[in-house]
Amino acid sequence: MSSATTDTNLSPTPTTSPLVRIEGLHKYYGHHHVLQGIDMTVNEGEVAVLIGPSGSGKSTLLRCINQLETISAGRIYVDDELVGYKDKAGRLHELNVKDIARQRRNIGMVFQRFNLFGHKTALENVIEAPVHVKGQPRITAKRKALELLDRVGLASRADYYPAQLSGGQQQRVAIARALAMEPELMLFDEPTSALDPELVGDVLTVMKDLAKSGMTMVVVTHEIGFAREVGDTLTFMDGGVVVESGDPRDVIANPQQERTINFLSKVL
Amino acid sequence: MKTQTAETTAPDGTKAPALIDAIPVRHPGRWVGAGILVLLVALIGQNLATNPQFHWDTVGLYLLDINVIRGVGWTLLLTVLSMALAVGLAILLAFMRQSDNPIFRWTSWFWVWFFRGTPVYTQLIFWGLVAVLYPKIAVGVPFGPELFSFTTQDVLTAFWAAVLGLGLNESAYLAEIFRAGLKSVDKGQMEAAEALGMRKGKIMWRIILPQAMRVIVPPTGNETIGMLKTTSLVLAVPFTLDLTFVTNSLANRTYLPIPLLIVSAAWYLFITSLLMVGQHFIEKHYGKGIDNLAPAAVNPAALKAAKAVTATKTNEIPEESGR
Repeated sequence: MSSATTDTNLSPTPTTSPLVRIEGLHKYYGHHHVLQGIDMTVNEGEVAVLIGPSGSGKSTLLRCINQLETISAGRIYVDDELVGYKDKAGRLHELNVKDIARQRRNIGMVFQRFNLFGHKTALENVIEAPVHVKGQPRITAKRKALELLDRVGLASRADYYPAQLSGGQQQRVAIARALAMEPELMLFDEPTSALDPELVGDVLTVMKDLAKSGMTMVVVTHEIGFAREVGDTLTFMDGGVVVESGDPRDVIANPQQERTINFLSKVL
Repeated sequence: MKTQTAETTAPDGTKAPALIDAIPVRHPGRWVGAGILVLLVALIGQNLATNPQFHWDTVGLYLLDINVIRGVGWTLLLTVLSMALAVGLAILLAFMRQSDNPIFRWTSWFWVWFFRGTPVYTQLIFWGLVAVLYPKIAVGVPFGPELFSFTTQDVLTAFWAAVLGLGLNESAYLAEIFRAGLKSVDKGQMEAAEALGMRKGKIMWRIILPQAMRVIVPPTGNETIGMLKTTSLVLAVPFTLDLTFVTNSLANRTYLPIPLLIVSAAWYLFITSLLMVGQHFIEKHYGKGIDNLAPAAVNPAALKAAKAVTATKTNEIPEESGR
């Protein structure tokens, strides 16, 4: 098994090496078979969009990637490193908490409900992990955090508490917080679903900029427009399986499967 | 923000609507109730002032008596130490209750069940009798050699027995308060912190507990005030220097129980008031980010730094107005 560091960071242009590999992934909640054999690859620098009706397993799939859910069968690799387990002579060993935390540091996650730390200001939210996980000096972390907040258009809100920010602003702070750890992969779990319609645009703009900068992203969303404009791949899931996937423009304009046609007719 | 209703004669010359100037509903019942209460207060005040049985001169004589002041000191010390012990144990118990380790969960459950289920008076007597049960405490390797030992009575003095008794009993109640507080924090906070690669201990200490404190502090303040008065039971140990014991013995000596009861009540009230002030500030600290959020207090220095960063960039996303 190769180590986490690779030489792929040397080239800024998207390469075709797979950053995320999901093989035969299954997930049960009790008797409920949520994911029924998912195979998926996300290349470095790609934006993979996941769509599907609620309960189709797309959020669960996303949460499996950074171990907020344990998987029941299959394998997930991020950067060629097996997620959550160590393979010792064909036998899987659960990773200890330290290694799980290390793997998660490489992966940024943005939640539907923002989940900003309510007792900390926007700036404190952004510097929390760099200072207390990576051990960066506070002053360095602060300077970088202000740059990130500026990047999401919220530098002037650095000293506001989450409760003083609108949903759209909170979500942009949450994106800045995830970026502060300099992840190589960003996961978005319905980032605009909890927002008032007029606030969705600002969050999508930030995500588009991020995609343009070459960030590898897996995005669960209902924003078909975003998928068409920014997505490199579109995967339609239903009932815990991948029904159809391909180039977003093709899938949206010319869906092949009955279920995809049905779903798209409802959301478009 | 657009003004929709109150169009006063603004500088730009817009018309103002006539504001409603209605006659408020009258509440005669309130006046009758207030009158009765004022009368009652006056009667009580007059009785307090004129009834010789209160012996106000004696109250004045003993209020700042050195023995009473010492009693106040011991009572405060008992309260502070046993609460500190209880808070420390309660945090541990609450974390244990949430642990993945079933032995930890059961131990925590059993602890709460036992210490909450027996009277504090009984527990205090028991701690006073530990020296009878175990005259000598030895530290050593189990089933192996003894490293050192001491006489229980020398270590577990009446004072420490009282602190232990009060603190362990209180820890059971506080553990439940802390557990409720930890549960009150949204699950998303834990997930967000985990996703950032934080470890469980750090998440608990830096993310969950500070937010739980908002829920924990008010009932804990209640418990602290309760503890202040529960210290009057340490006679059971027996510890005999606290405020209640001192004023009771002074009362027995002078044959004047009422003025000395007033002395001790006045001191308990005074300390309670101080504790309430302290609680107010603690609540304010932990309400950070949620309570009293009126207009955002922007730190001018940070704003300046932010502007400096912004000035160097051009394409900023416009911020939503209205918040």
